[in-house]
Amino acid sequence: MLLKLQNIRKSFGKVEVLKGISLSLERGQILALIGENGAGKSTLMNLLGGVFTPSDGDMQLNGNAYLPDSPIAAQIKGIAFIHQELNLFPNLSIAENLFINQFPIKKLAGFSLIDRRTMRERAVELLRQVGLQIRPEVKVEELSPAQQQLVEIAKALSAHPQIIIFDEPTTSLSRHEANQLFELVFQLKAKGIAMIYISHNLDDVHLLADRIAVLRDGELVKLDVKEAVDIQGMVKAMVGREMSEFFPARKVLPDTKRLLLVENLTAKGFVTALDFHLNRQEVVGFYGLVGAGRSEMARILYGLDRFDTGNIYLNGRLIQKPNPADSIKNRMAFLTEDRREEGLLLGMDIQKNVQLAALSRFSRGIFRRIDRKRAGGQVSDTVQSAKTRYNSVTGQPVSTLSGGNQQKVVLAKWLLTAPELLILDEPTKGIDIGAKREIYGLINQLVEKGSSVLLISSELEELLGLCDRILVMSQGRITASFTKPMFDRNAILEAALHKQSETLPT
Amino acid sequence: MKILRAIVRLMIRHATVVLLLAVLLSFSLLSPKFLVSSNLVNILIQSSSLAILAIGMTFVLLTAGIDLSVGSAMFVVGVVSGKLVISGLSLWWAIPLALAVGMLFGLVNAFFIVRLRIIPFIVTLATFYAGRGLGLLISETRAINLPESFLQIGSSRLLGIPMPVLILLVVLLLAHFVLSGTQFGRQVYAIGHNSDKARKAGIPVDRILIGVYLICGLCAAIGRLVALAQLGAVSPTFGYQNEFMAIAAAVLGGTSLFGGKGNILPGTLVGALLIQAIQNGLVVINADPYLYPVVTGMVIFLIVMIDSLRHKSAQKALRTKTAA
Repeated sequence: MLLKLQNIRKSFGKVEVLKGISLSLERGQILALIGENGAGKSTLMNLLGGVFTPSDGDMQLNGNAYLPDSPIAAQIKGIAFIHQELNLFPNLSIAENLFINQFPIKKLAGFSLIDRRTMRERAVELLRQVGLQIRPEVKVEELSPAQQQLVEIAKALSAHPQIIIFDEPTTSLSRHEANQLFELVFQLKAKGIAMIYISHNLDDVHLLADRIAVLRDGELVKLDVKEAVDIQGMVKAMVGREMSEFFPARKVLPDTKRLLLVENLTAKGFVTALDFHLNRQEVVGFYGLVGAGRSEMARILYGLDRFDTGNIYLNGRLIQKPNPADSIKNRMAFLTEDRREEGLLLGMDIQKNVQLAALSRFSRGIFRRIDRKRAGGQVSDTVQSAKTRYNSVTGQPVSTLSGGNQQKVVLAKWLLTAPELLILDEPTKGIDIGAKREIYGLINQLVEKGSSVLLISSELEELLGLCDRILVMSQGRITASFTKPMFDRNAILEAALHKQSETLPT
Repeated sequence: MKILRAIVRLMIRHATVVLLLAVLLSFSLLSPKFLVSSNLVNILIQSSSLAILAIGMTFVLLTAGIDLSVGSAMFVVGVVSGKLVISGLSLWWAIPLALAVGMLFGLVNAFFIVRLRIIPFIVTLATFYAGRGLGLLISETRAINLPESFLQIGSSRLLGIPMPVLILLVVLLLAHFVLSGTQFGRQVYAIGHNSDKARKAGIPVDRILIGVYLICGLCAAIGRLVALAQLGAVSPTFGYQNEFMAIAAAVLGGTSLFGGKGNILPGTLVGALLIQAIQNGLVVINADPYLYPVVTGMVIFLIVMIDSLRHKSAQKALRTKTAA
């Protein structure tokens, strides 16, 4: 037995996050760890990775007591942790990143200089192991997310790990790149390295894992070999309910009144001749591959980027030069893909974040003083309805919330202002199933209140479940359009891929 | 067309060098006395003090820090070493003591930044005022004239190379090797990109920050001795505003104020040469002295603009790359 956890408990203050988890792992085995955000996956892995120490329980590695007191200590014991957010320095070269804390050294006249030749040789060897054929002198910032991930894995391999923990490794990868990563995972497995794989993508989990462990509310609710668990079963174990409840029907149908009309919208290099419309209380989805121009389209509509030609009408009025301030005045809201950087003030508490969007509605008198009491009341209401897991609406910085809860705070923000047009760019990226369901509920609530939604998503299920119409984009153009209930999964996929291969140069 | 665009891109990438050449060219057109070898050597000698100062500053800027106190540190170093030399202490004692004073400044800054976690801007703003005041106290606001022996160092030559230039060369090469060829140097860049990540990666962030401010203080002291050896006197405004010149030189050389980007060779060196060339050129063409800071300001503005252009074009390239 390589790793054995027995009755592991962990509490933060009065909150017990892990309630007696027992797990084991053998050489060359892949254990998938799934569960909603907040189920305790990260906490458990942080115990293994030396970030926290358990409150109670026993950890054994190779039959010896294992109790790392720092990430470095865990690394020395042979446990490597590949975090979702890569710990690389883009301004340094690949080789420098690989050896950032233990450069090969040569002595020259009493000086300890970096031995560039040895460093290069060792880097080339490590890169070969992960199948990355790039010169080690190249700076990390020039690499694609997938290549950066490989560098991170190579870095982990340099410490000769017995166990590698992957936390959501595929979120920034294309399908093709993810498959290449899986090949590498199987190679490492063949070498006898054990892996713990955390992911929200249950198809991937099913493909990779030998055994699947499901956590819910700090408890291990299921642990079985892959063959005994199907995807439906995983979902049920994770959220404790059936999948069909996921997309509750909306109480309203789309209006025939037109809200948004886009004619021949072109921004050179990004989008070409886009023609589409959006009716009131309608949800229109945009499907396509990463880089198809969907996010660019959204940024243009909101006024973050310029366009070259075309017309945008909102409520029949021509919008000359969209800019964010006017867009807010026109009751538009834009939820960016990168919510951590653009959507929230991470250092501030929930109340301040939620209020921000509606400050003007809570201000009174000539000095526009903010009516804190009234604002506070409404905020708690909206946040409650968003089912955010929080300790306190005030005083707790948003940065301490999980990704799914942060997203709910962002949506709660808009629930307060009830925007006419809501543009959502990948609203459930990297979010667990339970939180997704709540976000879908919030979107429906917004539409029922009168909002219209442009929904950009790379998850087809989500679009099929939520949208009234789906438009497919490829290489900056709209290549197909589908209206509910005539959604054809294969035709949609084909429209997203088709043009890509047709016009692929060389 | 393609070639033209490539040339433009190349010029933007090496904007500081292009600007330096442009400045040399335009002054040489304005005055025949500018582009002669004796004047070029002059520019080199004059810029050596600033360049050494800017080298230390580059280390600090690379960690996303800033050191506003170097001008004051220089002043204190000047006053202390001046007093010591006048009171009869030999140069062999005075110089190491002066260097120690510079490093002490760095150590004080580092203590507040690393131990008490106060942001560098505030800490060094405090030591900037404290240092200036301390220097005025010690010197009783009088100028200190240094003995002839000190000035001789400034005008001496070794193997035909003027002493200030030689000292600059040694500091320059050492600093360059430390930054590009040692673990310490590469970790400086890592910290500048993101100190939290650096801590997670096991880099001894605190120790490196202390080292960086020590280096900056040491460079301030060396730079000051070099300037002293040329001027021969410490006036109450000695070193005044030099911190801004040093920051300007580093930024002109391509060092980012946000940390993690930049280099000393050629970056900071070219930046310092550019500032000095402009000052020298304005003197040669007999421009109004009040015009000097205006021109320097304009050059900084121009470079920052080019830097932002460079940043934008890099981003655009990245976006089209991912879109393709």
